[in-house]
Amino acid sequence: MATTLPTGGLSRRAATLKALTGAVRGDQIFRILLTTAALAIPALLLALLAVLVRGARPAIAQFGVGFAATKTWDPVAGQFGAFPMIVGTLLTSLVALLIAVPLSLGVAVYLTEFAPGFLRRPVAMTIELLAAIPSVVYGLWGVFVLIPLLQHAVFPFLRSLLGFLPLFRGVIYGPSVLAASIILAIMIMPFIMSVAREVLLAVPGSQREAAMALGATRWEAVRTAIVPYARSGLIGAIILGLGRALGETMAVTMLIGNRHDISASLFAPGYTMAAAIANEFNEAATPMHYAALTYVALLLFVITVLVNAAARFLIWRVSRGGVSGRNSA
Amino acid sequence: MNRRTVRRVKSNVMVGIMMAAVIVAVLPLLFILASLLLRGASSLSLAFFTHLPAPAGESGGGVLHAIVGTLIIVGMASLAGIPIGAGAGVYCAEYPGSRLSLVTRFVSDVMNGTPSIVVGVFAWTIIVAPQHHYSALAGSAALAILMIPMVMRTTEELLKLVPNSLREAALALGYARWRTTLSVMLRTALPGIVTGTLLAIARIAGETAPLLFTALGNQYLSFRPNAPMAALPLVVFTYSIGPYEEWHRFAWAAALVLILVVLVLSIAARFATRQRFGATRD
Amino acid sequence: MTEVLPRVQTSSLTAIYGKVAAVKSVTLEFAANQVHALIGPSGCGKSTFLRTINRMHEMSVGGWVTGKVLLDGADVYGPDVSVIQLRRRVGMVFQKPTPFPTKSIYGNVAAGLVIEGGRSRAELDRIVERSLQRAALWDEVKDRLKTSAMALSGGQQQRLCLARTIAPEPEVILLDEPTASLDPQGTQRIEELMFELKRDFTIIIVTHNMQQAARVSDTTTFFYLGSMIEHGATRQMFTTPANEQTEAYITGRFG
Repeated sequence: MATTLPTGGLSRRAATLKALTGAVRGDQIFRILLTTAALAIPALLLALLAVLVRGARPAIAQFGVGFAATKTWDPVAGQFGAFPMIVGTLLTSLVALLIAVPLSLGVAVYLTEFAPGFLRRPVAMTIELLAAIPSVVYGLWGVFVLIPLLQHAVFPFLRSLLGFLPLFRGVIYGPSVLAASIILAIMIMPFIMSVAREVLLAVPGSQREAAMALGATRWEAVRTAIVPYARSGLIGAIILGLGRALGETMAVTMLIGNRHDISASLFAPGYTMAAAIANEFNEAATPMHYAALTYVALLLFVITVLVNAAARFLIWRVSRGGVSGRNSA
Repeated sequence: MNRRTVRRVKSNVMVGIMMAAVIVAVLPLLFILASLLLRGASSLSLAFFTHLPAPAGESGGGVLHAIVGTLIIVGMASLAGIPIGAGAGVYCAEYPGSRLSLVTRFVSDVMNGTPSIVVGVFAWTIIVAPQHHYSALAGSAALAILMIPMVMRTTEELLKLVPNSLREAALALGYARWRTTLSVMLRTALPGIVTGTLLAIARIAGETAPLLFTALGNQYLSFRPNAPMAALPLVVFTYSIGPYEEWHRFAWAAALVLILVVLVLSIAARFATRQRFGATRD
Repeated sequence: MTEVLPRVQTSSLTAIYGKVAAVKSVTLEFAANQVHALIGPSGCGKSTFLRTINRMHEMSVGGWVTGKVLLDGADVYGPDVSVIQLRRRVGMVFQKPTPFPTKSIYGNVAAGLVIEGGRSRAELDRIVERSLQRAALWDEVKDRLKTSAMALSGGQQQRLCLARTIAPEPEVILLDEPTASLDPQGTQRIEELMFELKRDFTIIIVTHNMQQAARVSDTTTFFYLGSMIEHGATRQMFTTPANEQTEAYITGRFG
């Protein structure tokens, strides 16, 4: 049978083979398109950074690093310092973590280790639906349902119980650092829960069986075998939650009271970086005010990028070790 | 013997505490949904979907402008965000070892946690400030940036679940690489990718912060992409911080509509995942 | 020596993964319209050798080739050769059945045809039917051509893949342990098919099952540690192997 395959001269070596495969024009175009899309993501990150730095430059030039440590925020006088809102951002996020971490880890451990099979998926799904609720709806609910509840029942109770601590003293306003922290806790809980759950699912069954074989109770198996194995991933999940909390805007804006001040009491209003941007950006009157707010955005961006990078690194370390989860099938 | 009993009791107590945590964790969802229904449902009527808002202080009116606005803004964001996100995801799945895919994957994960308000500032600076006016387009740009990493990750993850043997089978049949990727790999992973993309759309549909100083909001029905436009989340925000009782009712009803949109999208998405491979008809 | 041009020839073919040579300087000839078996212990390079013939080897990470593979005397690694054209003429069936899960039975068989285009619906119908018949699957699936291929049994799926491979009328069919994941019945069907198919195609089959090689093939090649140890008519190989290692392997005294 005759062949129509063109007979080339000499056979070529490895280097040319790959080139040959790629010589199909459709493949080349396809690869160029995909590469462009893949390049777009790092390019976006750089663009974000560049644009924010450029926008913030007047403020950076005038206030320098001291911006983060200065208390005054006076748009009229052109004095800007972000210290109160940085403190407010960190404080609300930490308090939110204190509430959300035990809850979400408890739920994650329960769902992966103890819950009866029929319960696991529905409960996980229900909690993940919490993550689907828009921030502004949390804010609405917080303003009209949560705050009255806190103001009239929870906060007075806390003050009578824990009033010996400066944190729980003073006048009870509705909108407050604590109210914002509580709404934040509700909002980040599903994130921490679902990442922690994935990390726990990646722990090889052998870890659990080994502990059980040694006569450990189920709780002891969790405490001594599973949690230590998954530790860095769980920390990653928590840090991921922290990243969310730091940048959360709408609900916090609506609940924190928006006051450029620092108070020892969690019942007092405060401010966060995101809330300041949300509130003031549209009303900024002077170029310096814009620059200062952009500076705040830049700081917030850098902080969350670092926090998220750290979280991803920790989670990656666990999932790299415990691939037995879902990808091996 | 005795010690063993103590250990078992301790184990059971811990499990009990964790079950309590589950209840505490599920409670807010029920509480929020109940509030929305109690306070929002009574204001819902056909007119709420087909009318524009009534003037301040008057009752009645609807959110037609915001429903249309959300559709337009989210639609434009999807048009830009889905191709870029999916393309990058395909790249990372097809060339997993390349340096670019490592960078893209990592940056994607990091961007996934970027505060949406920061992206809003970005969109304002590059679009609103030079144009000297707010626009739906700027809002869409911000939402697209938020969407890209989500779509990218879901595309990559689901493509990686498709067995490599299918790729080999297609190549051995004389498929070009691009055709193998599109008509075999991507096609097989499609239901899952659709799910992930729907979830991403649901998430950006509820975003408010990036729209505050981009799309801004609008009291009237607008179809012009290069002008301020209303959106459901913006309506919820504006009306909830307003001074009138009537506005608050309006905000609750708008929130109920928003949550229905978001929850229906997310629940539909999750159910779509169930039939990933297998019984698909051709 | 023979005046008939071999369908497939290799000369000094070496296949490399990164820096490791999995196939070392193999020179072989495969005559048309016969079944050729490649045997040897796992890791001997027989599968890699097979994958150099349709240039699938180079898709592996770090995979490259030196030497020649000739199809009807034409160098498949020649500078102007399109791998796509090559693979339409050298089909391949894998160890695990690989039906496309999103395509119907019909769609699977037609998968290799539709990318060429230019065929009428009736023509497609005819080729699909004929391919399924040649793969001895037609009677089992003719009433459900539009249903998912994933509902078929493992053996049926493998015959479907065979039908998909022969539909574009290749000259050579490469079978990479095609019965490894099948039950005895499924295995038998495939083996019977090979007798039918060699009238129209040249078949090269990698198998770890020596009885299978003895049953189905006209020639057998024994690979060991990447080298071709012995090549000859199957009957002769299994009765009077020339090489000691070959004898040790086929009598099961290996290792």
